[in-house]
Parts: sequence; structure tokens; C-alpha cells
Amino acid sequence: MKPFDPTPDTLTPEGMAVIDGIILSHGGDSTQLVGILLDIQAAGERKYISRSAAAYTARKLGLKLTQVYDVITFYAALYDKPRAKYPLEVCSSAPCRVNDSDSLLDTLQNILGIGLGEVTYDGRFTIERVPCFGACDVAPAVRVNGAVYGNLTSRERILDMLRQLD
Amino acid sequence: MSKVHIKINNMPLEVEGGTLLIDAARQLGIDIPHMCYHHDQESKAHCRLCVVEVKGQRKLQTSCTTPVSEGMEVFTDTQKVYDAQVGILELMLADHKQNCLSCARSGNCELQTLCRRFNLLVPDLPDISSSEPLRVDNPSIVRDPAKCVKCGRCVKTCRDVQGIAALTYSGRSAGFRVTTAFDLPMAETDCVLCGQCSLVCPVGAIVEEDSTAAVRRAIQDPAKHVVVQVAPSVRVALGDEFGFAPGAIVTGQMTTALRMLGFDKVFDTNFAADLTIMEEGSELLERLNKGGKLPLITSCSPGWVTFVEKHHPELMEHLSTAKSPQGMFGAVVKTYYAQQMGWDPHDIVSVSVMPCTAKKFEARRPELGRDGYQDVDYVLTTRELAKLIRYEGLELKVLPESEFDSPLGTATGAGAIFGATGGVMEAALRTAYELYTGKTLKKLEFEAVRGFDGIKEAVIDLNGTPLKVAVAHTLKNADELLKRAHEYAFLEIMACPGGCIGGGGQPIGTDNALRQKRIDALYRLDASLPLRKSHENPEIKAIYERFFTAPLSHKAHELLHTHYQEQNTVSKIG
Amino acid sequence: MGKTVSFISRRFGQYDPWSLTDYEAHGGFQALRRALAMDGYDIAALLSANGIQGRGGAAYDMGRKWTQARDVIAPDKCVVCNADEGEPGTFKDRELLRNDPFQVLEGMIIAGWSVNANNGYLYLREEYAHLRPLIQNAIRQCQEAGYLGENILNSGLNYRIHLYSGAGAYVCGEGSALSESVEGKAGRPRMKPPYIKQCGVFHLPTCVNNVESLSLVPNVLLDDEGFYKKQGTPECPGTKMISVSGNVNRPSVFEIPFGTTIREIIELAGGVTQGQELQLVQLGGASGRVAAPAQLDTPYTYQDMKQAGLTAIGSGAVLVVDKRTSVIGFLRMTQEFFSHESCGQCTPCREGNRHITLLLDKIAAGTHTQKDVDTMLKFANIMCGASLCGLGESAQSALLSAAAHFPEVFAVKQEVAIR
Repeated sequence: MKPFDPTPDTLTPEGMAVIDGIILSHGGDSTQLVGILLDIQAAGERKYISRSAAAYTARKLGLKLTQVYDVITFYAALYDKPRAKYPLEVCSSAPCRVNDSDSLLDTLQNILGIGLGEVTYDGRFTIERVPCFGACDVAPAVRVNGAVYGNLTSRERILDMLRQLD
Repeated sequence: MSKVHIKINNMPLEVEGGTLLIDAARQLGIDIPHMCYHHDQESKAHCRLCVVEVKGQRKLQTSCTTPVSEGMEVFTDTQKVYDAQVGILELMLADHKQNCLSCARSGNCELQTLCRRFNLLVPDLPDISSSEPLRVDNPSIVRDPAKCVKCGRCVKTCRDVQGIAALTYSGRSAGFRVTTAFDLPMAETDCVLCGQCSLVCPVGAIVEEDSTAAVRRAIQDPAKHVVVQVAPSVRVALGDEFGFAPGAIVTGQMTTALRMLGFDKVFDTNFAADLTIMEEGSELLERLNKGGKLPLITSCSPGWVTFVEKHHPELMEHLSTAKSPQGMFGAVVKTYYAQQMGWDPHDIVSVSVMPCTAKKFEARRPELGRDGYQDVDYVLTTRELAKLIRYEGLELKVLPESEFDSPLGTATGAGAIFGATGGVMEAALRTAYELYTGKTLKKLEFEAVRGFDGIKEAVIDLNGTPLKVAVAHTLKNADELLKRAHEYAFLEIMACPGGCIGGGGQPIGTDNALRQKRIDALYRLDASLPLRKSHENPEIKAIYERFFTAPLSHKAHELLHTHYQEQNTVSKIG
Repeated sequence: MGKTVSFISRRFGQYDPWSLTDYEAHGGFQALRRALAMDGYDIAALLSANGIQGRGGAAYDMGRKWTQARDVIAPDKCVVCNADEGEPGTFKDRELLRNDPFQVLEGMIIAGWSVNANNGYLYLREEYAHLRPLIQNAIRQCQEAGYLGENILNSGLNYRIHLYSGAGAYVCGEGSALSESVEGKAGRPRMKPPYIKQCGVFHLPTCVNNVESLSLVPNVLLDDEGFYKKQGTPECPGTKMISVSGNVNRPSVFEIPFGTTIREIIELAGGVTQGQELQLVQLGGASGRVAAPAQLDTPYTYQDMKQAGLTAIGSGAVLVVDKRTSVIGFLRMTQEFFSHESCGQCTPCREGNRHITLLLDKIAAGTHTQKDVDTMLKFANIMCGASLCGLGESAQSALLSAAAHFPEVFAVKQEVAIR
């Protein structure tokens, strides 16, 4: 499926202002790059860092674009391709897997009608597999924009989570 | 540091404290296998091939990161070491596209050499190399990600030597790779196509664009006049490919080989270097006299010119408008020389042999041509010339020596030293001094601008007027020098370490020690020539008399000068 | 049945973690006052005297680490609080930060005083981003109250704490990778030497400690009765925060005395899931070894675990797996984790993980030969022996220990015809 309305790869003045604000909130400190990129990603509708945002950030911080690109591609929580408003991150590590997170993954795909890494037609959801985020006490768990939804052992509970994301 | 005493494989060795084990072992004649280690670079310890056993250490140690210390006992040949090295080699090979027979690096591939050395016959592992396609996205450099062994030497060179960082690591685990920002074509990135990456790549993952086949086809075409020019730095490096001593001057054998290859005329770029000095020197004097933009900065190095256009467009007015010697030569061949020979310029195929990959890009610049033709049709690197010579089956060592053709084959010592960092500066000063002061230089050698220091400076007394000049090689040093550019009247900048003799198109194996030997050779060549000042070259005098009338004349401007244009890169978007 | 204790978890739920004054009302910052009256070396000696080993996984003598850090002569040094709790099945640092953030900060300040550092870096994994505001608040309140800043409590100590984010990279739990990350780069481990104690964050001498290790410090300083040392066994005194997860009825974090057996730990967590039979236990996270049911009575101490071939107290993770998951199935989960988390820069780890994944798939499908098993173990050992960092070194712990405890699962299913 084609991604829904991919953000065009130019920064608006508002987009620049958002990045300026984020950089400022990190004291303009280029060593805070990882945290800055996380914030830029979170601020966007599709939860990723566009080429132009990366290039602008690199210039603002006096860094090589390749350093920013390397950081984006190295860290699993940073993305250089558009995702969704609600990326559903399903834990793929053993503590959740032995609690049948595979079924959880199947159910999510079934409910939303999309495969792993695909985006729903309205751009709201995508399903991703991520390693352990430390919610093993409520396995199987899903994390959405930083919030953890645990004990997703039934279709009802999964639907309940999706409803909360509206 | 003081000497320490160690044992390698029970053999005692006295060695400078702090020496890396891998270098210490070499003193005993032991080459510890390695891939990411390069003696001109900081250690990276990525490939893990150079592991050895150190007595008292539980784990294997990488010899590229372990400094020697008093009493150290090292074993490079135990079963444990061997098993680890062979295993790592197998892992590397399984992720390496193996079309070795048709690879540009077949015969001088470090992975191939190691596989032969370890007799790796039947690997235990399946081939899981990537199916990524070749990256042919610029006129100079071809990347083959499927061959990359992730040693990181290219990344180090690009970032630490050149300060460009167009190449980077990206991703992780199986997705770890060497690429550009957002995986874009190199030309769209900060890359200036200097080719230093291709010089340090141990395998065929980064190679020059290959023009040998096109050149051979042109030679075979009876309707074409195929002329070739050879840059100053080629003659002191080509010998490396054919068993000559490092820094050997093989001009005579090289010209013979070029004729045997079938080139109709074999000319010397050094002639055009002298021409460049006439134009650039005159430009300097004009800017000094008329209060033009200073400092004037040399424009011979195409990597450097692209660097300005991409990274410092505000300095474009400072670049000398004089074309590079390659560019001037191309223009002269297809105008002045064509006229003299009564040839249609469209029937001339102009080939140049350069120590440089960026020259391939330069030759494609639309400014360097007219009437639907380019002044230089094909650029061969030193490595490609060696390929052609091998193709023809020529034994360079036993070929008789011959001279360049006339009239574009006579050059002075000034032209010869263009290939060394500081050489263009020295050549320009020899001419500018005499033209400005009307006096004869007592001493031709400007020692202050010679040598391997990253940034060199000098003050020249021009009849009481001090002329402050500086020289930088590598773009990282250039960037440093530019911060105080306003202090100077004239700057020479070369993109590659050591100048053109260390260019990205030189033979594989070019390192800083070899660069020094080639620099020495060029100065030897200069000292041996009867004429050492560009303005004393009789063929240069003739071309001005017959064609250009004078430096900076209208005709000279039309054919020998160029202009610059800012280049956009992905770093500038957003 | 084992028991839990409350030593470093004693304030859990007892005060409002958003309030410094509440923390002070519950004895907060008494330890710092005491520490500031002590010599840095004496604080380190106290940690050694209590037998405290680093809680991050490497189990290095903490007092010795601080002594060495103090010994380094440099104009500036750093303390790092490693809150990149990345081992799957580990969430005890999350609980320490969530319930008692001030205790962690107090430990960091005491570390700064003891080793003579001026800056502390709290490196928080992205997965715990929801704790960021809480920690930021705690840092701000400490600054306002003068526990951070210039001349803290008139001691002459100048010390600041900076909060840095990870972004989903397990390898950043390794000190030099963490240092790279704090410098705004991809978190790929550095070659050694130099070691981070000489050259870490911003190339300064750096003393890295786990959240739990630092949380222990204020408690040990105030432990006049010697409560801590009376816990556990004579050989391995004290308490440990453990995270129990997997197929148990009540997965949670527990503070237990050392010496509790693995069986008792499982019982603390409500036992193996109703109606299921135990398959294996993985100790210390994905990089830990696996224990077979026959090893359940091993006491949870560094020494006993080592003796039983289970060197992994590690992060304190106890992952219980019942027979619904096969051993090979479990190993593939662990393998998937490392295939995702290897930084990729060194050959054995990057390529070794790829091939071992393929070979495990083959074994799972039952189409493998003995040669495949040998090849897999050969490369697991090469990874272990020749990788650049601890990740590659320990990535195959589970596989290698499973090969020892469960050899039958690797047996060749049928005679595969020689091609």
C-alpha cells in the first residue's frame, strides 16, 4: 500500500520554527543530537525525520549531514521514512514472545488490514516490531508514541487500545 | 618514548615503546593479516582479522590497537589465532560479491590476497552477499556496495583527511553499510570526487570510472586523430605498477608505451602547466596592480574547485579564472593545434592521463568545450593507463625511452613540479617575481613552500613589496587555511594529500611514504631540466607570438579562462 | 519460599517522587551530607567493604571502580548513570527511577564527590521517555535546593547533572558506545584501549555506574546497623533487584537477598503459569545463559551461579519459559534480538549473527546436518572470542549454554543425503 500523503520534502517556515524551538530547548547543544532528533520526529505528523529536516538540523548545529543521517539510521527509534500518526510498536523480544505476542501481532494486522511496516489508508496506523521496551511485567505489550499498553492478551483489549488512540 | 623488549612468536625484539603490535611484527618480517588497518590512518579495529594472543590476556587482542609494552609476549601463529582469522575471513568472503575475474581490483585486491594466503578453498558458509546494484552516478567514481567489506578506510579518509564526510557509516547489524547521506548519488552530496576513497579501498568496492574501452575504440577508429596529454604526476607513479622503485621517473618508457598503444600524438601536460603559470601569474600581477580580489587562489585541482563551488561559493571570485592545465591543453589542442595541423577539431579525440578521478568530472564541464565538442574527450587515471599497457602486453621496464611530440611537448621544471604540493606556488613565484620586478631570481627554490606540512606559508619580497602566500594540501587543511585567507595575497590549494602525486587516480598502494618519494622525484626532475621558468619555455613564447598575442588577451580569455558556478548539494536543502 | 527485602526499594510508594521535600522528609540527602564530610576514597572503601558489585551486568567491584576513577588525575572527569536498561526482561531500573528518582540523583552526586567529577550524565533509554519529565523535575528541584550547582552544601563540590536520551540501541549500554551517543553520534563501541575510565564521555575520564548501583550508595552510607551486609550469604552479602518475567503468574520486580534459589524466585513471582511445565530459565537478559530445570536449586549468588555454569546474574533478569516454547524457538528469539542490536561495525558480530540466524532456521526446520551444528558453534565461539565489544562477546551465551544443557535439541533429525 502506498503511504498516505507523504510530507513534501521541503520545510515550511513553521517547520523551521519548530526545529529552532526544539534545538533551543536542548540548549543549542549539538551533543544532544539524539534527543533533538527524537523531539523533531515526535513533532511531525508522520513521526519521521525528513531529508530537509535533517539537513536543516545539521546546518543549525554545525554538523555534517552524514553524521545526522548515520544517527538516524543507527538508532532504531529514529526513522527516515514516513510512518503513521500512531505507530504501533509490538515487542518482539522473548519476554513478550513467550507470552504469545505473535498472536497479538496477527490480531493487529487482522483488525487493521495491513501487514508489518504498512500504513493504513488514512495514515493513522502502522505496525512495527521492536525489541524489548521494558514492559515485560505487562507482556504482551505495545508501545505507541511513548505510551505503553500492556496485557494485550485478547482481541477486546487490543480493540480497546486502538479506541483509546482516536 | 624509550625502547621496550618484547617477544613475538618467541623471537625477541627491541622496539620503540608504544608501537602498535602490528607494526612491531613487521619489523620481524611478519605481516599480521588485516583489512581495516591502514598505516596512514588511526586504527579502527573493525575487521578483527589482526587478532593475536598476548600472554596473560584471556581474550584475543587486535594487534592494530595494542601498543607494545616491556616484557610483552605475543603469538601470531597459534591454532586459536589461525582459527579466528580463517573464520573471520570466511565471514567476510561470504558477504562479498565474488565476480573476481572481472573486477577492477583483481590482482591487487587485499581480500583476494588473504584468501590465497590462507588457502581458503572450500568455505563453510553460503554466499549471502547483497544484491545491491553498482552505483554509477557520477563521471569519476563507481561504487559497488556488494563488494564492500565495511573496513571503514574510505569513511576515515573522507572525514579525517579531507574533512568532507561525504561517505559515512549507516545503519547497524546486517544493515551496516558505507554510503552517502540518504544514500544519494555522490554528485548530489558534499563529495568532490577526489577519489581518495578509491585509493584506500582494499577491494573493488570503490573504483574509478573506467574509460579504457572507449579510448581503445577511439584509437582503432581510422577517422580520428587521437592525441594524449600526460600530467606531471603520472610519470613518477606509473612505474609502481610495473616493478620500478618507488618514485622512479619513467617518462621515456611511458611515452614509448603510449605510442605503442596507438596514440597519434603524445604530448606533455607540463607544457600546459607552463601556460597556466603565464595566465595565472599574470592574473595575480593584474589583481595586485589593479586592486582586484585577493587572495587569488589556484584553480588547478578540480576537487578543490568543486569544493569551493559546493562548500564556499562566496570564495568563487577568489579562484583564478585560469583553467587547469588539463583544460588549457584541451582547448589548445582543438584550436591552435588543430589549425596548425589542418584538422577538424571534431575529428580529434583528446585524451588525458591524470593522477586524478575528479579530472573526469572536470572534463565534462560544459564550460570546457565549444561548438558541440568537449576539449578533453576522455580522462584516464594512472591506474587505467597501466591497465591499457598491460592489455597491450607491454613490459614497461624494457621499453626504450622516447621524447614527447612537438610542439606541445616541451616543458620547464616549473611545469614539472605542479604535481607536488607547493609546486604551483613555486612555479608561479618564479615567473611572477621576474615579470613583476624585471630582475632575475638568484635562487629558484622556494624551500618554504616545499614539503609535506599541511599548511605552509612564505613572504616574498617583490621589490620591497611583501607578497604573503600560503599553500595547503588536503581539503581539511584547506578549510583551516581559508579561515585566515584574508591575510594572504596568493594561495595554492590542492585537494589531495601531497598534491597531484597523491591523487585519487594514482596506483593502488599510494601512501604517504610513496607520496614523499614522488615529490622528491619531481624536484629532481625540475633540477635536471635546462629551463625551469615557465616564461622561458620557447614553445610557450611561440604560442603567444602566433596565437594568443599575450597573457590575458581576448583570445586567452576565451580559450584559457573559465568561470565558476555554485553547486547545490543535499546539505543545503530545507 | 523466598522472601523479599526492602533496602533500596524501601521508599517505593512511600513518598511523592515529584517532590524533593517529601524525599527529604523520608531521609533524603542525609547520605549526601554524610558523604561530603568523608574522603572520596573512604566512600569507595565503604562500598568495597559491603562487597558491592556493579549491577549493570559486568559485576565489577564498585569500590574498586571508584578508587580507580578517583586515582585518575585530570582537570575534569565525568560520572555516567547508565539508565539504558536494555536487556530484555529487565525493568528494575525503570522501577528505581519511577519510584525513587531522587535516590538515583543522590547516588550520582555522591559519586561525583567521591571520584572528583564535575559533571554527571544520566543516559536514559528512549523506551523510558515517559520518565523524562519526572527526572527533569527532580534535577531542577535539586538545582533549586542547592544539591546541584556550585559549592554544593558548602562542600566546595561543583556538580551538574545532564539528562541525555538514547534512541533505541541496546549496544549503548556499553560504556564507550554510550559515550559516543552522548557526544551526538551513532552509538558504536570504541576500540580499546583507551578505556573509558581514562577516556570516555567527551574524551574525559569517565566513571559509569548502573542505576541500581548508584541507588545503593546513599543506603549503604546510612546503613549504620550493617543491615545490608547481614542480608544474603557470607560469601555474597546484600540484596539485589531482580525482574521476573515470562511464563509466571505474577511478573514483577523484587528486591531479594542474595542466596535465594532460582526456584524460590519463580515462586515469588507466583510460579510457572498455571498448568504449564518449565522449559528453561534465562538469567541476566538476552546476553545471559540459560538454565535447565535441573538447575533450579542454584542459589542466586555470583559464586554459586558461576559454579553452576551460569555466570549470569548480569542485569538481574529472570526470564521463565514454559514448554509452549521450544528451546530452538527460544534461541531464535534471542538471535533475532542480537541480529537487530549488533552495531554492525565488527565482522564477527555483524556477519556471525547473520549466519547463525540462518543455521538456527535450518535446525528449526529439521533440515540440518551435523556440519551445520558444528559450523554454528564454531562461529558462535569466534564471535565470543574476537568481537570488538561485550555485545558480540556475549550474544551467543544462550546458544552456547543451550548446546551444553540441551544437546538433544540440536541432534540431526534424519540422515540427510550427501549432496
